[in-house]
Amino acid sequence: MLEQSWELNGSVAIRPEPFGALLYDFTSRRLTFLKDPRLVAVVEGLQAAPTVADALDRAGVPAADRPGFDAALRRLADQRMITRRTG
Amino acid sequence: MTLAPERPATTPAPGTRLVEHFEHGLDAPICLTWELTYACNLACVHCLSSSGRRDPRELTTQECFSLVEEFQRMKVFYVNIGGGEPTVRPDFWEIVDHAVAHDVGVKFSTNGFRITPERAARLAATDYVDVQVSLDGATPEVNDAVRGAGTYDAALRALRNLRDAGMTDTKLSVVCTRENIPQLDRFKEIADEHGAVLRLTRLRPAGRGADVWNDLHPLAEQQRVLYDWLVAHGDGVLTGDSFFHLAAFGDALPGLNLCGAGRVVCLVDPVGDVYACPFAIHDRFLAGNVRDAGFGSVWRDAPLFADLRSPQTGGACTRCSAYDACRGGCMAAKFFTGLPLDGPDPECVKGNAEASLAAVADGVRPAPSQDHSHRGPVRNAPVPVTIARRPPASPCDESPLGPARDALPAG
Repeated sequence: MLEQSWELNGSVAIRPEPFGALLYDFTSRRLTFLKDPRLVAVVEGLQAAPTVADALDRAGVPAADRPGFDAALRRLADQRMITRRTG
Repeated sequence: MTLAPERPATTPAPGTRLVEHFEHGLDAPICLTWELTYACNLACVHCLSSSGRRDPRELTTQECFSLVEEFQRMKVFYVNIGGGEPTVRPDFWEIVDHAVAHDVGVKFSTNGFRITPERAARLAATDYVDVQVSLDGATPEVNDAVRGAGTYDAALRALRNLRDAGMTDTKLSVVCTRENIPQLDRFKEIADEHGAVLRLTRLRPAGRGADVWNDLHPLAEQQRVLYDWLVAHGDGVLTGDSFFHLAAFGDALPGLNLCGAGRVVCLVDPVGDVYACPFAIHDRFLAGNVRDAGFGSVWRDAPLFADLRSPQTGGACTRCSAYDACRGGCMAAKFFTGLPLDGPDPECVKGNAEASLAAVADGVRPAPSQDHSHRGPVRNAPVPVTIARRPPASPCDESPLGPARDALPAG
């Protein structure tokens, strides 16, 4: 996943909150919470970053924290909150 | 107004559990209920909002549009529209279309009378709109005694129309009562037969529900049946986080398991009044009105909401081993049954409310602060033989020209 291009699913909206953010998918009616402001920055940065690893770099996520972020991003992918970017 | 002794405002530390963040309130509600009208073609005995007659001060179409636009700015992603019966508003479909066009999804509750095959087809073709059909008995006998003659047939007809139009994920919404707890399996079958999702919610003693709660709320042994049934069905049944007081039986049920009033939940009523939750339409829980400075200002700045978002004292409940699970239960249920807000829920599964409930003297229960109930006969009126109706609170409830709040002779 780290070397791939991903983006926020087009049917998902982000709302900032004091603890991080709230994601809502208008299609599945599913609500998800991002509890870490850095994860919010990563998710918001996916679109503009060539790869997921670049998005993590730009959000300043240190190597030691990457496994946790990787797992969180995979969960978001399973929920289709984020999707592979094509083209 | 304070609900409990003053406490200093605090900010949660990093690493705090999500639920604790929610207790401090969010920048906008997650679950916003918007009762569009007090008008209703029915007269259900347990109506939370004592609906029946339209309020002449109801928000205009334009005001509803503006409110939708404010929801969009605040990123309120969806609203639960109810009433009254929202579809009796002539501009109902216009308001729904306006919401959808402004990225505000709609889930609306209906008794189904107006869900014709044509309307069902349009709904099936509209994204971001969910329909919730109310049914409070899995048989006409049980349902119509509460909701009115012919309402079972109307709800089933609506479910069929929606299914036949290709609508998926319709919600079949059931308020759990003493009479229908034995019918849970049958409700699930009805939902499955119509490609619908079953949604069970708690009978609250709010509105006209206060008048019938003693006769209709599930008995102690039925609470256990309900809990076991919910645990067995897990995510396959929706509850709107209704039954967190049952978490004291053991495992928490799916959902947040906290009172979201004023923190993640609120209600906007037909005249624009904002209340802490849909089960608390009473002056005690009135935070403000959207006509003053908009909804956002009420949500952010209302002193009532600030109070609800500060740490609550559990009172007598903190000595109970189950307090962390049930958090003392439902604020509205306590209030309308005359119990202290920092004590046990009237349906406390440990039985801790029994003595205090028995000690609540007649007349101590709070009087309703609004009543839009029908006064004359209603075509589909329920035919309860054992359930008494509350007499009108004031002649003004019948006519805006009548004197306000004078006592009427009983009957």
